Amino acid sequence: MNIVVLVKLVPDLVEELTIDASGAALDLTFARWIINEFDDHALEQGILIKEKSGGTVTVLAPDLEGADDVLFTAAAKGVDRLIKIKGEFSAMNNHALSRVFASAIQGLQADLILTGVQAHNDLDGSAGPLLAECLQMPYVGYVSGVSTNDGKVAVRKEYPGGLLAEMEVTLPAVLGIQAAEQPPRYVAVSKVRQTMKTATIEEQDASDPDPCGGPTIGRMFQPEATAHAEMITGSPEEVSRKLVDLFKELGVL
Amino acid sequence: MNVTEVAKSSFYAKVLEATPQGERLRLCLECGNCSGICPFGYLMLYPPSRMIAMMRADRIGKVLETDTVWMCVSCYACTAACPSKIPLTPGLMTSIKEELLLAGNVPAELHSALQNSQRYGNPLGESPRKRADWTLGIQPEVKVMAKIKQPVDVLWFVGDYASYHPRVQSATKALARVLNALGVDFGILGPDESSDGDSQRLAGERGLFEMLAEKNGKVFSKYQFNKIITADPHAYNAIKNEYPLQGIRYPVQHYTEYLAERIDQLKLLMKQQIKAKVAYHDPCYLGRANGIFDQPRALLCAIPGVELVEMTHNHTNSLCCGGGGGGMWLDGFQWEKAHVRLSDWRVREAMSAGAEILTVACPYETPRFEDAAKTMPGADKLKVRDIAELLAESMGV
Repeated sequence: MNIVVLVKLVPDLVEELTIDASGAALDLTFARWIINEFDDHALEQGILIKEKSGGTVTVLAPDLEGADDVLFTAAAKGVDRLIKIKGEFSAMNNHALSRVFASAIQGLQADLILTGVQAHNDLDGSAGPLLAECLQMPYVGYVSGVSTNDGKVAVRKEYPGGLLAEMEVTLPAVLGIQAAEQPPRYVAVSKVRQTMKTATIEEQDASDPDPCGGPTIGRMFQPEATAHAEMITGSPEEVSRKLVDLFKELGVL
Repeated sequence: MNVTEVAKSSFYAKVLEATPQGERLRLCLECGNCSGICPFGYLMLYPPSRMIAMMRADRIGKVLETDTVWMCVSCYACTAACPSKIPLTPGLMTSIKEELLLAGNVPAELHSALQNSQRYGNPLGESPRKRADWTLGIQPEVKVMAKIKQPVDVLWFVGDYASYHPRVQSATKALARVLNALGVDFGILGPDESSDGDSQRLAGERGLFEMLAEKNGKVFSKYQFNKIITADPHAYNAIKNEYPLQGIRYPVQHYTEYLAERIDQLKLLMKQQIKAKVAYHDPCYLGRANGIFDQPRALLCAIPGVELVEMTHNHTNSLCCGGGGGGMWLDGFQWEKAHVRLSDWRVREAMSAGAEILTVACPYETPRFEDAAKTMPGADKLKVRDIAELLAESMGV
């Protein structure tokens, strides 16, 4: 089975986010890019499937600072093929990104495409369903378990309220991973460094990214405080009297 | 199995490689002192002596299937108690953790600290850009090397917890004020500084340690200074004993050593009495691993009003706070196995020694002991202070 994992790099929230001079976008000059947490789970799930049922795992990542580290770390964990897509990705929306990924995937004969169910910078919907639409493949999101069987996969999908559904999906398909069956593994730095000497990263140029369908952002701003809480002070008797008055005023009593 | 056969085992080779004295492993008498003195030995399926027996029987693979080695807090108690002087902590225990880590047999709790150290240069997952934020408000201003672009006498390697942990920052600020009052010409690295990597190394992540040491080594070479001081015994241990093996050589002192050399000057400045019975906890990597016992005590005795009392376990026989060897990042794992914290034990000892203040000289310890004192019945009045905090208080700075 050919498993392809798509990885998005997102700005690391350990650094404070600032808005650029246009007032409609993030200032990404000093952004630190890290692997989207859910994509890390997708990667782990891909490796787990390979370990259980065989196959190969290919990882695709956009060429942002830190992409090489992400790819080599994936190889040290057990990924077979590393592909970096060259292009300008820092401000690309998910519509464009999905089209770029879709065209990169065309030649890979993927049976199963895994990606994180969401990312914190998904302003125009998550990448998984957009990609499935581009590729005309079925999509199941919020997946927290995958097992493969004879050209089909059985997935566990999470619903709100603690409900789980088990469903069978015909391949090829795209899955949006909510959580891998085990937390993403840790791989020793020495192993990653070793991998850097042996593994190679293939490069592909991004097809002309088409952002249409995504939103136009008019203004980006920090949440603004509007109303403030009113603190009621005084002795317990005074406080309770004021509270009763307030309740009456609001029509609760 | 004879000695030659033992030498064939790859794990044995690894232990040999890990420490210059590694071959002393052959001299194990199987006396069991190491396993007896280990604070968590009773919970380990393979405490040090039994692990050596397994090596001799060529059955180290069995040990690699278990996870109780992660109870090891790298406190050096076994190493200090070994009559054959086998480097058990740096050789045997650290090497077995390396093997476990490479095999992926790592408690999940440890992942984030290691990942953070890789990504941000500190195990807490804080922004490296904020590493010097604690200096805000200190007067005269603390010099950051990259900004002042001039040589200093003393480079202060602040360390992770001392830079970021809100409780420990108070001790860090106190030390800055003490250094200022003494007129020391010092600077810090701020965002340029990475974790010293010692605890990551002792938790089996040698590659990460080497990466961090390399980064710090490069930064050290950018600036001019005469010596390094640090408040972190792990940073002290790394820079003194481990960095030279990576070709990074600088003279380093723990702040208690540095200040003890200036004790006469300090005495003139310490006007305020601190009338209290004070117990001193020897940090593993200051005391047992590096032999610094007297300087911290000399500093405490120089504070007017202080009466130093010794706890049952002191000097070489000191207890561990539980934070070493990755313990700082394995609280949940260790609690699950032990249902007891080493810091509780220490706080109980401080209470029975009649101490009103438990003093420490390691950034791991203030929060660990304070947390223990909060939950220990009858210990709520016990104060936990870094020596630097008491000095600053007596100096009125």
